Amino acid sequence: MDFRIYLAIIAGMAFATYLPRMLPLVALSNRRIPPWLADWLDLIPAAILGALLAPGLFAGETRAFELGRPELIAALPTFVVALKSRSLGLTVVAGMFCYWLAGKVV
Amino acid sequence: MADRTAERNRGILRDGLGTAWPICLGYIPIGLALGVLAQKAGLGPLETALMSTLVFAGGSQFIAVAMIKSGAALVAIVATTFMVNLRHALMSSALALPLKGVSRRFLALFAYGVTDESFAVNMAKFRAGGWDRWRALVVNHAANLTWIVSTVAGAWVGEFIPAGAFGIDYALTAMFICLLVFQLRSRFYAIVAAFSGLVATALYVTIPGNSHIVIAAVTAATAGYAMRRSRAARGAL
Repeated sequence: MDFRIYLAIIAGMAFATYLPRMLPLVALSNRRIPPWLADWLDLIPAAILGALLAPGLFAGETRAFELGRPELIAALPTFVVALKSRSLGLTVVAGMFCYWLAGKVV
Repeated sequence: MADRTAERNRGILRDGLGTAWPICLGYIPIGLALGVLAQKAGLGPLETALMSTLVFAGGSQFIAVAMIKSGAALVAIVATTFMVNLRHALMSSALALPLKGVSRRFLALFAYGVTDESFAVNMAKFRAGGWDRWRALVVNHAANLTWIVSTVAGAWVGEFIPAGAFGIDYALTAMFICLLVFQLRSRFYAIVAAFSGLVATALYVTIPGNSHIVIAAVTAATAGYAMRRSRAARGAL
């Protein structure tokens, strides 16, 4: 591929990824955020994490709903480790181990 | 004085890196995989490094590499990237709460490193307390650096690494599970997260693309907000 075309593509992509990251932050952080918006934004982290996690647990890259994938089986003990330890590092290591184990069994 | 500043900077770096390492661990296999695919699409280490530095968006980069390989047009690639990354606008809005009143220059730099992972980690840390914008910035940039190095390494050596080694492919999923647990401050937040996951999964298996994340998160947050309002109204009676 022509390097100049490639540069134009990644420059376009750079804008497309940077603007959604930057504009709301700059627009909102130096302004008084109305209480209703603050209440709504308070729910965004939990909602986003639910939306990021669930499709990978209940459906794979084939986009077909399926129970009993190793991702889901490993998620249960990982969840318990997270609840008990409240440690990111320990949960990640335990999760990797459970996933590796689930891959052997399933 | 200089000693105290140096001491403080070391503390910031230590806390930031100590928090960022699970993200970095999770980025390594994904970055390597992207590097391998980029190489197969005809992109060398330099092109891969440029993309990872300027774009810094895992999902979009995978899609872009596939589109470049299939000869897609510039406009199509950029538009797809925009759609896939629109979810960061939600995260950036939520980050405005803990980063209230911070200078625009800092925000412009900080925004560059807002990803699903750094967002979730920093929000949990800000909520727990003892966290500030400089530590958060270290998390963003440590993750960014790991991403760039992993993708470039993938373009060079990725093919020699066996897929799925040590369950490392699960690192980010496990991290998200733990970060979700941090967000479950009451049964109410658990309901919002579960509802969002349900909507996201239903959309994921029915419609193509990546819009399921934004649609599900907005739907669940709005439903949760309405639920809270109606509860408060009833409580007032």
